[in-house]
Amino acid sequence: MDSALLVHRLQFAFTITYHYLFPQLTMGLAPLIVVFKTMYLKTGNVRYNDAARFWAKIFGINFVIGVVTGIPMEFQFGTNWSHFSRFAGGVIGQTLAMEGVFAFFLESAFLGLFLYGEKRLSPKAHWWSAMAVFLGSWISGYFIVATDAWMQHPQGYAIQPDGSAALTSFWGLVLNPWALWQYFHNMAGAVLTGAFVMAAVGSFYLLSKKHQEHAKSFVTTGVIAGFIAAILLIGPTGDGQGRNLAKHQPATLAAMEALFETKPGAPLVIIGQPDVEKKTIDNSIEVPYALSFLTYRKWNAEVKGLDAFPQSEWPQNISLLYYSYHIMVGLGTIFMAILVVAGFLLWRKKLWDARWMLWILMLSFPFPYIANTAGWMTAEVGRQPYLVYGLMRTVEGYSKTVSAGNGWFTLLGFMGMYTMLSALFLFLITREIAHGPEPVVNTQTGPVRAVAAEVR
Amino acid sequence: MATLWFCIVAVMLAVYVILDGFDIGTGAIHLFAAKSDDERRKVLRSIGPVWDGNEVWLLATGGALYFAFPQLYASSFSGFYLPLIMVLWMLMGRAIGLEFRSHIEGPVWKKLCDSVFAVSSILLAIFYGAALGNVVRGVPLAADHYFFLPLWTNWRVGPNPGILDWYTVLSGVVALVALSLHGAHWVALKTDGDLQQRVRKASLILSPALLVLTLLSLIATLSIRPEVLRNFKLAPIGYIIPLAVFGSVVLMFLFTRRGNDKGAFLASSTYLTMMLVGVAFALYPIILPASTGEQFNLTIANSVTSAYAMKVALVWWTFGIIIALGYFVYVYRMFKGKVSLTGSGEHGY
Repeated sequence: MDSALLVHRLQFAFTITYHYLFPQLTMGLAPLIVVFKTMYLKTGNVRYNDAARFWAKIFGINFVIGVVTGIPMEFQFGTNWSHFSRFAGGVIGQTLAMEGVFAFFLESAFLGLFLYGEKRLSPKAHWWSAMAVFLGSWISGYFIVATDAWMQHPQGYAIQPDGSAALTSFWGLVLNPWALWQYFHNMAGAVLTGAFVMAAVGSFYLLSKKHQEHAKSFVTTGVIAGFIAAILLIGPTGDGQGRNLAKHQPATLAAMEALFETKPGAPLVIIGQPDVEKKTIDNSIEVPYALSFLTYRKWNAEVKGLDAFPQSEWPQNISLLYYSYHIMVGLGTIFMAILVVAGFLLWRKKLWDARWMLWILMLSFPFPYIANTAGWMTAEVGRQPYLVYGLMRTVEGYSKTVSAGNGWFTLLGFMGMYTMLSALFLFLITREIAHGPEPVVNTQTGPVRAVAAEVR
Repeated sequence: MATLWFCIVAVMLAVYVILDGFDIGTGAIHLFAAKSDDERRKVLRSIGPVWDGNEVWLLATGGALYFAFPQLYASSFSGFYLPLIMVLWMLMGRAIGLEFRSHIEGPVWKKLCDSVFAVSSILLAIFYGAALGNVVRGVPLAADHYFFLPLWTNWRVGPNPGILDWYTVLSGVVALVALSLHGAHWVALKTDGDLQQRVRKASLILSPALLVLTLLSLIATLSIRPEVLRNFKLAPIGYIIPLAVFGSVVLMFLFTRRGNDKGAFLASSTYLTMMLVGVAFALYPIILPASTGEQFNLTIANSVTSAYAMKVALVWWTFGIIIALGYFVYVYRMFKGKVSLTGSGEHGY
């Protein structure tokens, strides 16, 4: 592999993976904050408003890091992937520009009002500002997924004489069937992260016997929202996504499942280590016929294995793809199990005494992040060897004028910046969580607030 | 249609420069203008609720540029690789310095944040000016429409230029002074007392400096790139632009002396707009001139996307931008008037 290509890929992979740790939480928390604000309006109980304010602070910190790490993404299409931009810019530039115009303006305009304008707004207007932030973040998600969907399954374009892609159908681009399943799958994944983080913070408070009333509403909201999200993830959206793959990227599906040979009644591999050289799976535990059934709803349907495709069409990193996919699915199954048990205990009103369950809920918050990351890796590693599936290979897309040395310089720079950002982020979040959701009686401004909290 | 999109992108860029320009300018001057912690917080509060929305204009402009002129986006972003990535780092530094300052108590942290905010803003101003200077000077585009510039070579504008040479550094300094003035006018508009007096005084010193620097950069531009006069000769109405540029500098000075901060702010907005309009007017229909020969210029015609894409985008863009302007009017009205430090316990900054 050309080393310039390698560094451009590494930089994009690193910056996008890091970036998405933050929007998945903000997109997941936004609707839950709206739930708290709604409960406040409905019941007039200020505790819900305090809860909304607490989560807004967590949201705000994540949002800032999401913004500063997000701007490089759009820019890198031009800086590091100029040949791709030249080829595809006329099409996917549309969705990216729409994200700016329809989502970011909405989100950024109302975020300031939502975070700092509560005193200036009526409760209803403040509810609307929360709603606007929620809508903005979810619209933004759609345009990004639509952009990715075009790279996965190009629609609504024609190749021009100069070799670049030109848009021919606006709705073909915006309503790409690939985007619809992927969007709902992705947003359910974001809600899952938000829900698990909320439940984890609540469990932490319950286990440390602090802010107990708030903690119970956090756990309740987290478990219910997480349960709904997990059902949507496994049920319609994950299934729809899988069948899209079978239809449009069969080689990717075969690689994800490490199915080397085409066969009827293909088994579903639960665990095992693929050996791409020998075309086998070591130590595998399989469910017979399950892959055929899940893909085609027939136990004996033939599923195409990698042998059905020329090797030049295979994703290059089959093992990584296989693991990403299996980690996502495996974790999804575990989430479902945790949430079913927690939901049952909640329903039987036994959750607050089941400290073991609170421990599990508290400790499991990192795993939705891993599952979401693994899911995106499945999509993007699975798209290989193409940058735009079937149209442009990754090796053709990078900036030929930007040398590997310049690429390493900026990649190392990003790594350094993001290391500092991580330290700062963890510090700030830990402080907010230690501070907790109780309001401070003192109405003084910033500096005095924390002191007052300490004294109290 | 292509020219219309050229104008739309230029207007969006101008809006970005005016709006985020005062954020950057505020950042550039605040270490010198605001002395106490209370004053610093006032300065931050004057831009706190709006800077993020202002920065979105950069993304929206980038997006519009991306789909309307994909070739320009691809060539210029990869060619200006290093400074662009550094701009991203500065944008990060600015946001962090601004947003997280009040999250941690203690003078050391605040000083650190203030410095990061100031240094990032100053460098952003210089880089933006230098970027514009590069566009005017031209870049070594090859036949395949691509180029790559190192940060600097021999500091000369000759055949082997870097991003930074004496000309683009001059542009950077012009931008720094212009944006500092713009920021000073914004702060004067939003504050009162000693702080307001201090930024007004700064404005009175900076505006004559800007006049001299603008004149110098005009002379420099004419000497390294006499072709810029071509469009002015074709359409003499264009001479209004330099007149407006110099007129607005004089107006900044006069308005500030009379204590009319709004007038001064409008004057610096006019200055920034007219500088951009001047560049766009002088280059049209070129959008990125080649120092390697006229035949390699990137023009509107050889960079533009398909007619259908422009048509359909015009529909959603018009619709979206009207809504977005509505948000901006609403938000600026909510936060209008002088900033104060009292009475808002939940306020950040």
